[in-house]
Amino acid sequence: MLLSAFCKIAQAKRLSVYVLLISTLFVGVYILENTVGANSMLMMVLKKGAIYALVAVAMNLLNGFTGLFSLGQSGFMLIGANIYAIFTIETGNRAQVYQYYGGGIIQFTLPTLVSIILGGLVAAFFAFLIGLPVLRLKSDYLAIATLGFAEIIRAIFQYDGLGPITNGSNLLRKFVVFETALFPFAVAGACILLIALMIHSTYGRAFKAIRDDEIAAEAMGINLFRHKQMSFVISSFFAGIGGALLAMYQTTVQAKAFTAAMTYEILLIVVIGGMGSISGSILASFLFVAASEWWLRFLDNVTVIGTFKVPLMRSGFRMVVFSVIIMAVVLFYRQGIMGDKELSLHRLGARFTRKKGGADHG
Amino acid sequence: MADPVLDLRHVTMQFGGVVAVDNLSMHIDNQEIVALIGPNGAGKTTAFNCITGVYTPTNGQVYYEGNLIVSNQPQGKMRQMYAGTHKEYSKEIVVNTPDRITKMGLARTFQNIRLFKTQTVFENVLIATHLHKTSNLFTATLRLNHKEETQMRAHALSMLEAVGLLDVKDELATSLPYGMQRRLEIARALATKPRLLLLDEPAAGMNPQETEALGKFIVDIQKRFELTIFLIEHHMDLVMDISDRIYVIDFGRQIATGVPEEIQGNPDVITAYLGVYEE
Repeated sequence: MLLSAFCKIAQAKRLSVYVLLISTLFVGVYILENTVGANSMLMMVLKKGAIYALVAVAMNLLNGFTGLFSLGQSGFMLIGANIYAIFTIETGNRAQVYQYYGGGIIQFTLPTLVSIILGGLVAAFFAFLIGLPVLRLKSDYLAIATLGFAEIIRAIFQYDGLGPITNGSNLLRKFVVFETALFPFAVAGACILLIALMIHSTYGRAFKAIRDDEIAAEAMGINLFRHKQMSFVISSFFAGIGGALLAMYQTTVQAKAFTAAMTYEILLIVVIGGMGSISGSILASFLFVAASEWWLRFLDNVTVIGTFKVPLMRSGFRMVVFSVIIMAVVLFYRQGIMGDKELSLHRLGARFTRKKGGADHG
Repeated sequence: MADPVLDLRHVTMQFGGVVAVDNLSMHIDNQEIVALIGPNGAGKTTAFNCITGVYTPTNGQVYYEGNLIVSNQPQGKMRQMYAGTHKEYSKEIVVNTPDRITKMGLARTFQNIRLFKTQTVFENVLIATHLHKTSNLFTATLRLNHKEETQMRAHALSMLEAVGLLDVKDELATSLPYGMQRRLEIARALATKPRLLLLDEPAAGMNPQETEALGKFIVDIQKRFELTIFLIEHHMDLVMDISDRIYVIDFGRQIATGVPEEIQGNPDVITAYLGVYEE
């Protein structure tokens, strides 16, 4: 009795620490935004990082926690982004946006949050259909099939015949976008929290069991297909929401941008962060976005020091250096930043105290 | 009389031209410990896999507590190729996947240990409580099922206690010594709340002392959980010690059945194991 009371107090204490941390984060973002300016590089990186974090965690759910090597992420993001954009363009602007399709056939708008969720739901629905045949495949074959389906989705959205709805291969623009960085942080944060809660529930345990040993998992009464389908649909739902946020971030959407290269970017984040670590994916996505958008930008500029022109530095060199870094990470740091561990206050605290103890001895 | 817990009727499993299990009929009554023995490659594990849904037998039926759980007849090309000795085809076709069979109350362990490698001892057992959940994805995610979750954890802990692994519950499953991994596999199977436990070579790779301890352990859990146990084993000492009845198969066919004393003196069994002396 006493013990459970103690547990409850400890739990409440931990919860309050987390609440405090999260509110500090939001206040921090708010203050930053108002000091460095909403369109500064730092804020752009933070916004995109938050969105990529959500998409990476969603992909990690599938690849890292359920052990399904799927490469369809960009397809589901495309669905989310397009559905969101389609339903939030103001009716007055539709004639202009859908100029090649006579203003389009959808002549109403939905509230922002409803559209975001709708984007997720449509992505989830497509995932359900695609999952029926595809999830019977294993490892590489699953990757190839999902990659193919992502391309098919892109082709469908670019198809001229659907132009009145999707605007074909033309730009969707003039839809509702977020004003403040707090919005992507709040939505992505809430979604990541939901994914984390699910991973630590009995369903998450079943997913991990499937990853570790399918045959044993099935012998423990876990319906393989149903659970794989569940993981696939959930992952795609959140990828769709991530896509909608990305649309808001970019302020325009074009199906052309959602290529396999985007999936690889996210896969890289997942691998660098650690397969099976939520906090790893979050950390890695901020690092990745910052490195690719900001820290390594200088490599793209022709630099002249005095009369010496630094060789190799020209537009596109950034990507070469980036590839080398990634290769180094994959070769020498195979588990990624976090492996399959999570960043926890408890462990962090333990580490600090241990270090202190060591210093005393020295 | 009540239905036998497990009842195999003319089960035949043919892979291409090879008949791995041929016309195997057997029954296991409530709370019996029955062993299936035979030389290497006799088809013991194949028979197990036919019962647990890993394979669908080519012909024959399996009843569990009087219900037909597996039934098949040779189909397509197999009709011409069929080489089983039992020529009468079963009428119905009933196919069940391993997870559904486990839900009915048959749990199994594996010949080559299959634990969830990245997880702790406790988590390994906890996963096995997933199949009896009543929560759905939403209630589980939003923690509306905490009562059930508490029960699951308590059940997993009690299983670990029953097999004596409570002290190591937070260790990584694969870091345990071999004998303990075997026990953990049994604990995990028990956590699915089975009435029939199928053990595939539980003493494989164990020394005589460990084997003896395992024998006591199996009898102990049989009594404690009122289980029916069906096991495959190579260690004759163990089999003779704990089994109520024994079935012997060789080249997929049943060559003998009876209580341990009968089997020990059976000339066919001795021939199957040791071969025939030729001049």
